[in-house]
Amino acid sequence: MYKYNDFDAAFLAERNAQFRAQVERRIDGSLTEDEFKPLRLMNGLYLQLHAYMLRVAVPYGTMNPTQMRQFAHVADKWDKGYGHLTTRQNIQFNWPKLRDVPDMLDSLGEVGIHAIQTSGNTIRNTTADHFAGAAADEIEDPRPYAELIRQWSTDHPEFQFLGRKFKIAITGSETDRAVTKAHDVGLRMVRRDGEAGFEVMVGGGLGRTPMIGKVLRDFLPREDLLPYLEAVLSVYNVLGRRDNKYKARIKITVHENGIDTYREMTEKAFALRKAEFDGTDQKLLAEIKEHFAAPTFRHGATDRFDSTYGSDPVFRAWVDTNLSAHHQDDHAVVTISVKNHGQTPGDITSEQMRVVADLAEEFGYNELRLSHEQNVILPHIHKNDLPAIHARLRAADLATANVGLISDIIACPGMDYCALATARSIPVAQEIATRFDDLKLEHEVGDLKIKISGCINACGHHHVGHIGILGLDRAGVENYQITLGGDGSENAAIGTRTGPGFSYDEIVPAVERIIKAYLEVRDSAEERFIDTYGRVGMEPFKAALYPDAAKKVA
Amino acid sequence: MPRPFTPKVITANDLLEGDVIYFTTANTWTRHLSEAELITDEAESQLRLLEAEKQNLTIVGAYLADAKAGENGPEPTHFREDFRRKGPSNYRHGKQEAAAHV
Repeated sequence: MYKYNDFDAAFLAERNAQFRAQVERRIDGSLTEDEFKPLRLMNGLYLQLHAYMLRVAVPYGTMNPTQMRQFAHVADKWDKGYGHLTTRQNIQFNWPKLRDVPDMLDSLGEVGIHAIQTSGNTIRNTTADHFAGAAADEIEDPRPYAELIRQWSTDHPEFQFLGRKFKIAITGSETDRAVTKAHDVGLRMVRRDGEAGFEVMVGGGLGRTPMIGKVLRDFLPREDLLPYLEAVLSVYNVLGRRDNKYKARIKITVHENGIDTYREMTEKAFALRKAEFDGTDQKLLAEIKEHFAAPTFRHGATDRFDSTYGSDPVFRAWVDTNLSAHHQDDHAVVTISVKNHGQTPGDITSEQMRVVADLAEEFGYNELRLSHEQNVILPHIHKNDLPAIHARLRAADLATANVGLISDIIACPGMDYCALATARSIPVAQEIATRFDDLKLEHEVGDLKIKISGCINACGHHHVGHIGILGLDRAGVENYQITLGGDGSENAAIGTRTGPGFSYDEIVPAVERIIKAYLEVRDSAEERFIDTYGRVGMEPFKAALYPDAAKKVA
Repeated sequence: MPRPFTPKVITANDLLEGDVIYFTTANTWTRHLSEAELITDEAESQLRLLEAEKQNLTIVGAYLADAKAGENGPEPTHFREDFRRKGPSNYRHGKQEAAAHV
């Protein structure tokens, strides 16, 4: 993975020193909150309901064990001994004190981690396929491009005051694990005539006006990435609305002006920008690529794996659920579930951070990933090491076999933490997971993505959940709307609302009714929820959700 | 007829700690909603907010929040203010943690 050079380290140290001085000036009264707020947001520091929150970027979700241990250290020393993995491959600390934040940032800076542009109207942390560099179906590792984007966008003077925040996602596979179509710009690696390039999507996004990204360029040569992104951003800077915050995202710009106009303007700008690039970016990219060279994979027998798989049903269940195909046949990609039934999705204790750091160091070529689905990934594991890893994960309470199942829920922090939230999401996730664990239905139900947001801004990606749940404030009471049929994959779709919402006490039983209806109407155990929904539509689920309405019609 | 005024308290976050604080009749800040000043007059509420905002160097984001009179002082009328008063529901952190240590 990328290792900071002297320039990067000096840049970050200086930036942290600047922020330290800004914090001091706020405390001594030289800066008002109005003056300080944009400065702290540029450095990832929010003020939430009960405390400050520091959002730290894990660029494209990749980190090494040293960095993970530093997160544990920061959590223990300045927070409450845990971190929260977000839906954008960041880590949040929920309880920092203002005076401590500069020390926290310096501490993270020592291991090449920063919180720059994790907030504000700038280009945010570029998210990537969490299986990047490991997936069997990958065309090319997208992370060098993501790192190039990070370096280019960090402190880029033209894009520090955009009309609104700007999120880029990238995947090197045609299979989309990075929800690229729900981003301001989505980059999906494709092949044409044997040559790899990017399909560029623009104007996707969730929030109050959910939209699926539209194809802006069906094939962009890899070397044109930065000039093309500059062109896209420069058009947005000119065309994007600044009169209304809710109309300011690029999805509205594209929607209002039309994709053809946007494309035409982008291509014109691209021709100009392209001429300004002298090849420095490509030299830099070549250097970055060296950092991402694949490890030297160990090869050897998988006998320990085979015998444990045959004899240990708990191990087998975990393997069947939490492992994905690696491009090396004798390796696997391990997703560590941070979704124990009844626990807060994505919360990982400092002790658990150290366990996964140790595992990555001992077995996993020093590589760790975070997924936008709020789990931790060991991307390269030789299959023979899996029994030992599983045992260590079990001891750390990290061996839940539920990846991709009903309890592997994405949930935003909701009103338990977030100042924007209109309802809670965490307890709803906890109760759904606990309920289906009690019913022992989880594995029978199979592949199912539930995503929960505590407000219309949709950090919990509810629009692309097979079952989406949106928490709202209805006349001073928490109320939860359900959507069905959302999909965050390469077949991206926005879910459809079922009808009236449900109270806090009714929402878990409502989900249970949906699941029971699914089990009744699916044509076989192999038909996934999303496919059943695609085949039978909304009606059976509506009937299950609103039995009284059905009676009235009858 | 004008709508009846819903009583208010003034609340904010502490600059250094970031935690929830409430404005008192003595122009000081307390960690406990029950010790806050309950303001029952609309014009008075605006004046009190201006008074509270004089302390903007040590607080962040003062605003008027709906409240009602309870047996032991002001109580929240909306669940958001109830969460702010207590802390998150997934851990006993925040004010509920402080209360447990008393």
